[in-house]
Amino acid sequence: MMTLKVNGRDHEVDAEPDTPLLYVLRDDLALNAAKFGCGLGQCGACTVIVDGNAVLSCVTPLLLLEGKRVTTLEGLGSIETPAPIQRAFMEEQAAQCGYCIAGMMMRAQALLQNNPKPTDDEVRAELEPHLCRCGTHMRILRAVHRAAHLMQTADASTSQGRSQ
Amino acid sequence: MGGLFAALAVAAAFALAWRPGIAAVDPPSPETFDQALVKRGRDLVAIGNCSTCHTRRGGKDFAGGHPVPTPFGTIYSSNITPDAETGIGRWSEAAFRRAMRAGVDRAGRHLYPTFPYDHFIHVSDEDDRALYAYLMTRQPVHAQAHANLLPFPLDQRVIIAGWKLLFLGHAALEPDPTRTAEWNRGAYLVEGLAHCGACHTPRNVLGAERASAKFAGGEADNWDAYAINAQSPAPVPWDAGALVAYLRNGWHPDHGVARGPMAEVVGNLSDVPDDDVRAIATYMAEMFGYPTPDRKRRSEEVLAQLNSTPVATTQATGAAIYAAACASCHETNRPPPYGGVNLALSTAFSAPDARNAANIILSGIRPVAGERSPIMPAFAASMSDAQIAALLDYLRVRFSNQPAWAGVEKAVADARRTQTVLLQTSLPPDSAPTDIRERGKP
Repeated sequence: MMTLKVNGRDHEVDAEPDTPLLYVLRDDLALNAAKFGCGLGQCGACTVIVDGNAVLSCVTPLLLLEGKRVTTLEGLGSIETPAPIQRAFMEEQAAQCGYCIAGMMMRAQALLQNNPKPTDDEVRAELEPHLCRCGTHMRILRAVHRAAHLMQTADASTSQGRSQ
Repeated sequence: MGGLFAALAVAAAFALAWRPGIAAVDPPSPETFDQALVKRGRDLVAIGNCSTCHTRRGGKDFAGGHPVPTPFGTIYSSNITPDAETGIGRWSEAAFRRAMRAGVDRAGRHLYPTFPYDHFIHVSDEDDRALYAYLMTRQPVHAQAHANLLPFPLDQRVIIAGWKLLFLGHAALEPDPTRTAEWNRGAYLVEGLAHCGACHTPRNVLGAERASAKFAGGEADNWDAYAINAQSPAPVPWDAGALVAYLRNGWHPDHGVARGPMAEVVGNLSDVPDDDVRAIATYMAEMFGYPTPDRKRRSEEVLAQLNSTPVATTQATGAAIYAAACASCHETNRPPPYGGVNLALSTAFSAPDARNAANIILSGIRPVAGERSPIMPAFAASMSDAQIAALLDYLRVRFSNQPAWAGVEKAVADARRTQTVLLQTSLPPDSAPTDIRERGKP
């Protein structure tokens, strides 16, 4: 039994210490935004944020998460009140099949938290670990820049979708 | 009296140290160079790995400014594009050749031996001409060299003259008539332009390669440059065939993937003529030496154990991290580049210290743009130094028959510091000059 802090809430998790975080999120906590793509840390679909950094949840065993704060896409915003990164991806229609998009958004979110105005080269370099085979790459790039703009211009009272 | 001697000593030092300038030329127009010579120069520049030091990460090709950390201070590489003011645009071929041979720039200033002229002294006139032709036909870039960060008196270039007296050019490289042409070609490249010993041979307190410990292992940018002689820590001994494949492709199923500074070397070697890579491999295979019966037996044991079940371990944390984060790629029996190398074959865990393994766990392996290449995710964000240290301790026990490493957690902390700097300045994939073929072709 260990306590896992996800999206600001403590969860008691009954799983072996070498269980990948992704399995716990999806199977035990019903947080299905993070996707199983390859299970090898090679595609990026399972990306979540841990203590402000993008992490591949399929190759992150529970025992590494003691005392850390996990944020999934559900923790950034909802359909009713989307976070800037989610709004930007919707406004740019950056998803086609959408399987890779949750992971893309999480890494982009972590990037923008650390670097609010990334250059196009920086965005490309950061998202390089993510595979997308539908081919909305150019829209994804535009969406990240739009999100950066939204985060800077958003009214202080609205959600910044800031991960923990 | 003492003052007189001192004055004489200083005068003598200056007499030895002073080198005349070589007259500036108008930058030669690119069309004046023979195309075949320029093309040969491109291959030689790749063999010499010139771009690695002379291109700043994120900067223009060959425009210099790349910091090279040394035990004495930081040296910044120079601009070797044909820019007239800040590059070598006004250098004649004779000035270029003198720099390669004697480590003196066109104006007569001594160059620090970070520029490996102790190797380049062996480069032939013909090859210097081709190197010059290639560099002088590149895009000129106006970029002033960054001043070196050296304490007094090391910032006084006159002392380099003394270094040269001690260490430069005492042993000419003569062809060995009892050897094949290929072996001699390999010796010429390895000892000269390719300057393998610059990283793989340990250095003395004055920063010169120790002739008595040739290829016994050195370092580069906080990476171990493993011993590439009979002391090689590779679990499976290297042979010429494996070396050709590794130097060409950047990985070998029995050894794993070239990482760190060696990744740039093999990236450059991926596009040079086969004959040159084969010659390097032939010569180096002899430097590694034919494995002793004991060495062969150990290697057979390693290969036999690849699929064995792990021994019971008290290192539960390291074992669990390995099972969840590493084994899914490294224990699938899919050889590189599509699977990870079985870590029993990886030299990193038989190495004298933990830093290469720490570096790779932290930063992973990025894909090479536009090529099929091995990749590995980075774990810097998901593992603490203590967790990586626990993992490394486990891997050392599980995958080598060597005693435990000392100071693993410090090695991880050092690696995190140096790799973070590296990653912050690393290139975006679309502008990375990792592929020599993408650079300006003649």
